[in-house]
Amino acid sequence: MLKNAINASRLKSPWVIHFDCGSCNGCDIETLACLTPIYDIERFGIINVGNPKHADVLLVTGTVNHRNKHVLKNLYDQMPDPKAVIAIGACGLTGGVFREAYNVVGGVDKVIPVDVYVPGCPARPEAIIDGVVEALERVKVKLGLAS
Amino acid sequence: MVGKLIFALVATALAPFLGGLISGVDRRITAWLQSRYGPPVLQPFYDVLKLLGKKPMTVNLWQVLCAYVYLAAAVVSVFLFYLQTDLMLIFFTLTIGAVFLVMGALASPSPYSQIGGQRELLQVLTYEPLLILVFVSIAMVTGSFKISAVFELDKPLLFSLPLMFVVLGYALTIKLRKSPFDISACHHAHQELVRGVLTEYSGPYLAILEVAHWCEVVLMLSICALFWTTSVWGMLILVGATYFLEIIIDNVMARMTWKWMLRSVLSVGLALSVLNMLWLYAE
Repeated sequence: MLKNAINASRLKSPWVIHFDCGSCNGCDIETLACLTPIYDIERFGIINVGNPKHADVLLVTGTVNHRNKHVLKNLYDQMPDPKAVIAIGACGLTGGVFREAYNVVGGVDKVIPVDVYVPGCPARPEAIIDGVVEALERVKVKLGLAS
Repeated sequence: MVGKLIFALVATALAPFLGGLISGVDRRITAWLQSRYGPPVLQPFYDVLKLLGKKPMTVNLWQVLCAYVYLAAAVVSVFLFYLQTDLMLIFFTLTIGAVFLVMGALASPSPYSQIGGQRELLQVLTYEPLLILVFVSIAMVTGSFKISAVFELDKPLLFSLPLMFVVLGYALTIKLRKSPFDISACHHAHQELVRGVLTEYSGPYLAILEVAHWCEVVLMLSICALFWTTSVWGMLILVGATYFLEIIIDNVMARMTWKWMLRSVLSVGLALSVLNMLWLYAE
């Protein structure tokens, strides 16, 4: 019974951490817009914690380059299981317009496993909220609660 | 005696649930004051259950020990309160918990955790003299440090100690982690240094700290309730009004620095205490 309660709670309290891998700040502003009274993601128990040790979902925006890929990997490793990763915006997905640059690695999935891709330039707050909900579905599958 | 023991045990078992509910209602009212909808009232329980289910990650064993001692001290102090024992004993038990929380933060070399620990220590330094003065003045009125002596009074303590209630309010604001004094384990600014004490705790140990905090909230509100012991309704209204005022203060005040906290709280608190005690002598 306790296990069921814990699994139910996991889906009701996804704490997110937001990491900017050198984005133009477009996606970052849209991500933070989710916290404002208009979208109020705290309704769903979502809290933007700035600490990977407390977080369940990692939101990554911007292109990954050779400088910050270590930071990204480090943040991912510091998050306790079970966890999910969401790549946000064209740059986070593939590298965007910067993908040909000599210092760019490409999308977030080149460094860490990504569960959900949220496209857009910048991604809309509604799409980001949808992305978090989709990530919860993926966590459900990982926990063996759904197929 | 057995009846009292069973009452204390039941109250201690219910304290975390009550504390969690208070925290949920608090988040809802805060959201309402900020024109947001806010999370479900049971959200704090979901958070704690989720944290309990996370994989434990610790920096060292000291952290684990400190988390458990903090919880134990909070639970024991609630138990001692509802057993109606000595106020001083409760105070010292509470202090053990506070010191272990700081030790847990200082056990890790992370600068965030270190600064958080130091800030928490300053908060303890600020509210403890005030709490002691509140207990001493209660003892001056009742003639005993026993909580049972407060219940033998025929008029509420608030009438003879109005200024001490304000002093207790200062200690309450610090202990409930409300603005302007939320400089070490703030409820809101999750990305900032003001949550430093909790930086290195994660998963189940963070859940333990949260449950211990709920117990402390219940204890502090119970101490508030001592100021109106003549009727149950009076007690409930006093505690409810005090907590609502705390939420309002939390929302309208800016977060201040530790220097401002030390200076203003200790000076105003000590002045109010001296005034109230002089008044008690004059009566």
